[in-house]
Amino acid sequence: MNNQTLPASLAEIVDDFQALTEPERLQLLLEFSQGLPELPDRLKDHPELLEQVVECQSPLFLTVETEKHDAGNPDSVRLYFKAPPEAPTTRGFAGVLHEGLDGLTAPEILAVPDDMPELLGLTRAITPLRMRGMTAMLGRIKRKVAASAAVKA
Amino acid sequence: MPYPVEQNEKFSEYAHPERLVSTEWLAEALESGAVGDGKLVVVESDEDVLLYETGHIPGAVKIDWHTDLNDEVTRDYVDGEAFAALAAVKGISRDSTVVIYGDKSNWWAAYALWVFTLFGHEDVRLLDGGRDKWIAEGHKLTTEVPRPAPGEYPVVERKDAPIRAFKDDVLAHFGKPLIDVRSPEEYSGQRTHMPAYPEEGALRGGHIPTAASIPWARAADGDGTYRKRAELEALYLGEAGLREGDDVVAYCRIGERSSHTWFALKYLLGFETVRNYDGSWTEWGNAVRVPITKGTERGTVPA
Repeated sequence: MNNQTLPASLAEIVDDFQALTEPERLQLLLEFSQGLPELPDRLKDHPELLEQVVECQSPLFLTVETEKHDAGNPDSVRLYFKAPPEAPTTRGFAGVLHEGLDGLTAPEILAVPDDMPELLGLTRAITPLRMRGMTAMLGRIKRKVAASAAVKA
Repeated sequence: MPYPVEQNEKFSEYAHPERLVSTEWLAEALESGAVGDGKLVVVESDEDVLLYETGHIPGAVKIDWHTDLNDEVTRDYVDGEAFAALAAVKGISRDSTVVIYGDKSNWWAAYALWVFTLFGHEDVRLLDGGRDKWIAEGHKLTTEVPRPAPGEYPVVERKDAPIRAFKDDVLAHFGKPLIDVRSPEEYSGQRTHMPAYPEEGALRGGHIPTAASIPWARAADGDGTYRKRAELEALYLGEAGLREGDDVVAYCRIGERSSHTWFALKYLLGFETVRNYDGSWTEWGNAVRVPITKGTERGTVPA
């Protein structure tokens, strides 16, 4: 796997992580956890619209929506996450995926390699167990995107 | 010279009240400058590797269960040299009073305390109620990471035998009590990992024959503090059927949740011989030809 198969926005994040030392990577992940946007009100009041990713060590809920554009422009996928502040590692990775994938098209998201989280260089510091939650989060997004693309086809 | 022991009504009922401090006690100790000279060192140990960075008790240092206490290659804890180096960097000397706290009712904090005890650190205590209680009561937090003066810590050989059980010890232990602290679903064999937690790969589900099921969190009150002595007695002497003087082994999935129970049995109820089987279900549930009981019954001593 190389970074070229990643969408530009995600490749840039991966490059940022790889350029850092391990403690700095953790600090950057913390910044992503702080940057994760709040849910819009219409989702805040409707927790049933979000799905829990049970593989994460801390409660993480997410959903994807399709945003239609004018004729000729492909639909874009919007991502929404909810994770408690006392789970910064989980929030941090949600923040990475949000910044890296939100607004892309379904094919772009589906092309992201499943083991992309390994590229962040966090496995040693975060532990393989915690990394599995991250991989599961990406997997869930891809499955949901694939399902909604199939419905439209 | 150890730090004075907290005196209060709840703690005085426990067998070893010197192993706990309350949030009020710690707040007062910090207020009077206790962490300044290295006599008292406050350590945060959490499940989430970034939680400390979001804010911690002023002056507290961080020790991560995985990256600091586990050996990177062998499934084991760090050796005496690595522990001495870690302690020194964190400003801990052999005679420091160490107070450990963390998230999730001190589950990982108790694990860290157990590892400190493997190295015979004499004065190591838990903050009753942990991180959540400290925050709920509105005590101060900071994101400022302290740079303590290095501690003086000798290279001490880890002494596993008194408080750590290995698989062969457990096989030889049959006939004496075992406590399984996992969830009821893990105990019965319905599942091999915690509800809502990742599958950690055990090939078989169930429990070690004769083990009593007392999920670890039942030893904690709603605010994350340990339950009062009488309540703990009802749980472990009553429900689990332990008797005074019993030699007990506790286990969970990788030995972290059972450290919380180990602490309750050893220091709050005063059982002399309590060992934590840290191989736990990720070893037992994968080991070849060890006996397993499925279902909610404890099962019988294997022939």
